Amino acid sequence: MINLNDIISKNSWAYWEDYVHNVSRHDVETSLNITGKHSIQDFANLISASGEQFINNLAAAANQKTIQRFGRTVQLYAPMYLSNECQNICTYCGFSFDHKIQRKTLTDSEIIQEAEFLKLQGFDHILLVTGEANKTVGTNYIANAVKLLQPYFSQIAIEIQPLDTDEYKLLVASGVHTVLVYQETYNRNTYKEYHTKGKKSNYQYRLETADRLGEAGIHKIGLGALLGLDDWRVDSIHCALHFLYLRQKFPCVKFSISFPRLRPAVGVKHDENKFMTDVQLAQLIATYRLLDINLELSISTREAKKFRDNIFKLGITSMSAGSKTNPGGYTLLEQELEQFEIDDDRSVQEIYDMLTIAGYEPVWKDWDQIFHIN
Amino acid sequence: MHPLIIADHTFHNRLILGSGKYASAELMIASVLASGSEMVTIALKRIVTQQDAITSDHLIAPLVRAGVKLLPNTSGARTAKEAVLAAELARQALQTNWIKLEIHPDQNYLLPDPIETLIAAEELVKKGFVVLPYVHADPPLCKRLENCGCAVVMPLASPIGSNKGMQMRDMIAIIIEQSNIPVIIDAGIGKPSHATEAMEIGASAVLVNTAVATANDPIEMGKAFDMAVKAGFIANSAGPAISYSNAQASSPLTEFLM
Repeated sequence: MINLNDIISKNSWAYWEDYVHNVSRHDVETSLNITGKHSIQDFANLISASGEQFINNLAAAANQKTIQRFGRTVQLYAPMYLSNECQNICTYCGFSFDHKIQRKTLTDSEIIQEAEFLKLQGFDHILLVTGEANKTVGTNYIANAVKLLQPYFSQIAIEIQPLDTDEYKLLVASGVHTVLVYQETYNRNTYKEYHTKGKKSNYQYRLETADRLGEAGIHKIGLGALLGLDDWRVDSIHCALHFLYLRQKFPCVKFSISFPRLRPAVGVKHDENKFMTDVQLAQLIATYRLLDINLELSISTREAKKFRDNIFKLGITSMSAGSKTNPGGYTLLEQELEQFEIDDDRSVQEIYDMLTIAGYEPVWKDWDQIFHIN
Repeated sequence: MHPLIIADHTFHNRLILGSGKYASAELMIASVLASGSEMVTIALKRIVTQQDAITSDHLIAPLVRAGVKLLPNTSGARTAKEAVLAAELARQALQTNWIKLEIHPDQNYLLPDPIETLIAAEELVKKGFVVLPYVHADPPLCKRLENCGCAVVMPLASPIGSNKGMQMRDMIAIIIEQSNIPVIIDAGIGKPSHATEAMEIGASAVLVNTAVATANDPIEMGKAFDMAVKAGFIANSAGPAISYSNAQASSPLTEFLM
């Protein structure tokens, strides 16, 4: 059995940092011409600085693979923020415990009000998001929210604090289809600097979350690194390693990768040198598609209109639309207290029309709650 | 063309299409109509499952209006239990007791689980379903499914969506030879020539999705598959010439000895 700590070890960051910054043009060409399965070395070669000049070739290959597997379709989903309460101090996040913002956790009737709004927009897949406040927004709160939302949505995903296996089993049984949990950065040293207080400061517990999810029988696990916290290439290689490890260990689980890039949030300063360019983000997305044809690749409204209007052709298969990133943002409160700033603020209908005009079918429903009845 | 009879239904076309991966529902319908296909499979997880699905769902309603037979499938099910529940929901929502049984817990190759499939098939037959199971090209398994009352067997030609064609040709030939029910080749048919090959060796029908839906022109590709299936069927009926590894002279060289 492969051990996660052997793959993502204390030494692996330095190893891959050295590797990815010494990739030659020839290495990229070799990886581009592979007809079989791509290795992690191929992944590193293709996302390297040398790989950037091959973006057209990468895009064409990714486009072909995406169409073969997913056809001309893009799934639509909406995030619903249930709470911005948080016990963690994360230096990059608008919800961080040390920020003096108004905290809000939705009540049952408020959850239903938000759900009815999103249902009217056409959504059938929903992503429930919270901060990390175990005492007030714990497993029971989430299970209750899922129960309230089941009559409205076919697929319910959550992005909450990491939990224990038994807690995940309870949530899976209650109807949770997908859990997203991002490692933020796979660099253990940098992780400590960004996560200074709270349960989230435990790197190892967070890293092993996906294993606990697999053991709990979850249908889909979403992974990602918060691009911009550290070297995005090395973080992405580690995220890909994490995925390959999990794919081997849990062949019955689907996987999804998200690409959050740091954006300005309330009172937070960022090191712009670590921001990746649009070309680099496209390069990364296309490379993930070549790594695995079945991967769901997801893009949020953090990204700009022009980017979102084109990126699904390079591998993206799931998009949020018309998003609000504060609790009660759809029907209760003005957009404030946001976790991150939205760039693409077009309506759901505008996104739907954009996809249709581009010759893609927007897919609202690709799951049914019947598969949760055990 | 000799009709294909499955349970109580007679088909005059031996191409079955999938409904996924199209750029729009309109394009899907147009491709189905152009192909002449009389039956389309649709994933339960993609449709609204209220009782009015037949008139309200954007994928289902136009197929029903076009007179195409619906074949709901259980894609998404990881166990026999989930598949049976999905079949019952499909029967209620689409008002058909036909079900394409798909249980593929593996997410990398979507390979069907033979044990769960057999368990589900047995239960669904008992519950009165017309069961069309998607399986490996596994001759003993296909025999077990036939014996438990399945209407057809649907062995894969190669992994679903791979477009790799008749990789399992030899096993499929054994299944066809031994089967007393229709054998429909499902999954992996990537080109019309693959469909012809399947029909030439005696398949009863083929099911195609990716190859049509993701073609640059799905309507024209639907037509091409229609012709390919017909060509293969006629060739099989006509009795293909035997192939030899050595040369066979048209005018035997030993004639003078007779």
